Amino acid sequence: MIYLQLLWSFLQIGLFSIGGGYAAMPLIQAQVVDHYGWLSMNEFIDLITIAEMTPGPIAVNSATFVGIRIAGFSGAVVATLGCIAPSLIIVSLLSYIYTKYRNLSTLQSVLGSLRPAVVALIASAGLSILLEVVFDGQAMVLDSVQWVGLCLFGAAFFILRRFKWNPILVMSLCGAAGLVLGLS
Amino acid sequence: MEQPPSRAKLLTKLFFSMLYISAFTFGGGFVIITFMKQKFVDELHWIDEQEMLDMTALAQSSPGAIAVNAAILVGWRVAGFAGMVVAVLGCIIPPMVTLSAISLCYAAFATNRYVALTLKGMQAGVAAVILDVVCSLGANVLKMKSAVHLAIMVAAFVATFFFDVNVIYIILAAGLIGVVLAMYHKRKGGLAK
Repeated sequence: MIYLQLLWSFLQIGLFSIGGGYAAMPLIQAQVVDHYGWLSMNEFIDLITIAEMTPGPIAVNSATFVGIRIAGFSGAVVATLGCIAPSLIIVSLLSYIYTKYRNLSTLQSVLGSLRPAVVALIASAGLSILLEVVFDGQAMVLDSVQWVGLCLFGAAFFILRRFKWNPILVMSLCGAAGLVLGLS
Repeated sequence: MEQPPSRAKLLTKLFFSMLYISAFTFGGGFVIITFMKQKFVDELHWIDEQEMLDMTALAQSSPGAIAVNAAILVGWRVAGFAGMVVAVLGCIIPPMVTLSAISLCYAAFATNRYVALTLKGMQAGVAAVILDVVCSLGANVLKMKSAVHLAIMVAAFVATFFFDVNVIYIILAAGLIGVVLAMYHKRKGGLAK
């Protein structure tokens, strides 16, 4: 049963995440956190952080991480299969159509309309992560603001926008700063 | 085009090339496609440059992870079905091994005070990284100066963030608008001729 749920859940993630990488994030959150409650919001953000720091697509990383925690190694295999199955079928088909017709214009028009929606979805997922960092899952009032997190976010965002530092470096520095500030 | 000596050798080479690229590529689909181009176009001459560009467009516009999609396309192109299988395996084994190892340690890790503090700090960083990406992507959408695209972006954001509308419906709706637009432009183009 749990295997079927994992498979079905990650099938949907694989099927509806178009545009790669961050596009999978809102879908993973919807399935894994909101729908099934396999991970808490905090664990989900840890997962995204880990996925950013390690090689490989976020969707495959998440499938392995969630699968193994829910149903061991076979769970990881099932979830990963689920998340790549739509690609295997659709991309193989497209590859065939492409070699036959070599025409991508309708596909690109559909993609053109999907892109703004995907950007909005990523923005929403990003904001919910920020709210979790700033309010730590508590009520959104001034008293519960986590100032360390808020300041680290502000500094990191500024450095990324202004100086275009490597994201992995920025995240590592935030981690180090969080450790030092948290201990003092 | 170089003809490698035997099929077994070709598949082995494809598998290990993909494994290597996947294991050492940090940072998303586009980065891995660049490495694939270096390997398969510039170094091994298995695929020509134009084809690789089309494959990139296909990999991006199809559902799923860009890296996996690109591996499927390259695999089919180089060695048919068997090629596709070994390329995909090469692509997903490194992240599966890494994340298995991490998730086994995670429970012990996350309860450790030092690790928890570090992760908390990194969460602030990851929020910044994602919103930085959003700003760049959003700016690209604005640059297109298309009212429809702008409306889709605003509507999708309001729907998901404030009204909790299912992500899948939002994507289906946007895709449908794309199909309608494509048909509309085709018809207009047809009449103009």
